[in-house]
Amino acid sequence: MNKCMERIYNGIVKENPTFVLMLGMCPTLAVTTTAVNGVGMGLSTTAVLVFSNLIISALRKIIPDRVRIPAYIVIVASLVTIVQLLLQAYVPSLYSSLGIFIPLIVVNCIILGRAEAYAAKNGPLESAFDGIGMGLGFTVGLTCIAIVREILGAGAVFGVAFIPEDFRITIFGLAPGAFFVLAGLTALQNKFKAPSATNGSVPRSNLACGGNCASCSGASCMSNHAALEVVREKAEAEAAAAKKAAAEKAAAAKKAAAGKAAAEKAAGQDAQAANKE
Amino acid sequence: MKELILVIVGAALVNNIILSQFQGLCPFLGVSKKVDTSLGMGGAVIFVIVLASIVTNLIYTFVLVPFDVTYLQTIAFILVIAALVQFVEMFLKKNVPSLYQALGVFLPLITTNCAVLGSALTNVQKEYNFIFSVANGFGTAVGFTVAIVLLASIRESIEDNDIPFNFQGSPIVLITSGLMAIAFMGFSGLIK
Repeated sequence: MNKCMERIYNGIVKENPTFVLMLGMCPTLAVTTTAVNGVGMGLSTTAVLVFSNLIISALRKIIPDRVRIPAYIVIVASLVTIVQLLLQAYVPSLYSSLGIFIPLIVVNCIILGRAEAYAAKNGPLESAFDGIGMGLGFTVGLTCIAIVREILGAGAVFGVAFIPEDFRITIFGLAPGAFFVLAGLTALQNKFKAPSATNGSVPRSNLACGGNCASCSGASCMSNHAALEVVREKAEAEAAAAKKAAAEKAAAAKKAAAGKAAAEKAAGQDAQAANKE
Repeated sequence: MKELILVIVGAALVNNIILSQFQGLCPFLGVSKKVDTSLGMGGAVIFVIVLASIVTNLIYTFVLVPFDVTYLQTIAFILVIAALVQFVEMFLKKNVPSLYQALGVFLPLITTNCAVLGSALTNVQKEYNFIFSVANGFGTAVGFTVAIVLLASIRESIEDNDIPFNFQGSPIVLITSGLMAIAFMGFSGLIK
């Protein structure tokens, strides 16, 4: 049970996907115009993440290694469709304000990233808690950014306005404001030397792509897979070479020993011959 | 014809996929250090988005609608796009090595780029027919290329500037993108 709590702490604080790992930037910038949207997007992603981690972890021994990325994509896309239909049925207002970003949860790097980095190697229970932790971390990140933007842009928090209209900075509610808020956030992280993927203070992931999702679009897992293949082939080739070398050495030693024995024998015969003479 | 041009201009400048729709941000921030690489990325994105618009539109009209399973569009589109990119990569590697040299590195990067799936879904949402889908896809991809090449040239020219320590690295890139987004908001008067 302790391990499960550790996964949640890890997701929310230590490896927060928004503040530390800087993953899933598209929804982070796009839907954070109001705090309600931020929470909605975060919770939808959490739901998908928990179940995708759970299912992928449960199936990890059945899915063949070579086709695992397409298999993950099918699992994630099915879950996203379920979430989309549920939102459309029960929370139509959120569905219309999140719009196209609900189906785009499929290509959010956090989900495939966690599947590849955690769920594919660990048991279902830990993976589900990893999903809860990461999802809540993402929700917290989105909500914080959204609150800042909503206060500055619309003078409100969760729709409750408290700043008069004349003192609002509308640009923060529009597209450029998202960039400025995120720029301010990363600058603050640089200032306080907080761990963040943007200033290189976060240790690289042990995935072959380095876990750098800023230059990835989800599909790098494919090249990650290719890179892993190369590493594995190299290791296998090295092992084979070492084995061959060892075998050769052994053979050479045997030969040498045999040669030595033969030489000794010959020498013995010589000696015998010499004795006879 | 006029409407077609309006769709292309609208997708490329007014509703720029990156600066106002926030799709495809990862390559925008990640592959924009050099103009050359950003041009390569832009070329690959144009190529893939146009192909994906064609294929997803055909799949939607001739498979999903007749069988009344349009709710499967997300799954169908993402799989089709992933398979398409793999196929294109293999085809180029074998038959057009020169093009593969130019675009090859970027192809696996954009299999599941938000922008590709996003433009396919937008086509369905706006109920575009085949020609308009292709036009919208083309416009979207041109908008992506314009934005990423502009950002790359700005980044190249501010490389030696004296930026305050805390703003070095990604903060200055984000601020640059924000200013570009403000500039692109100026295009909103272009249509209607």
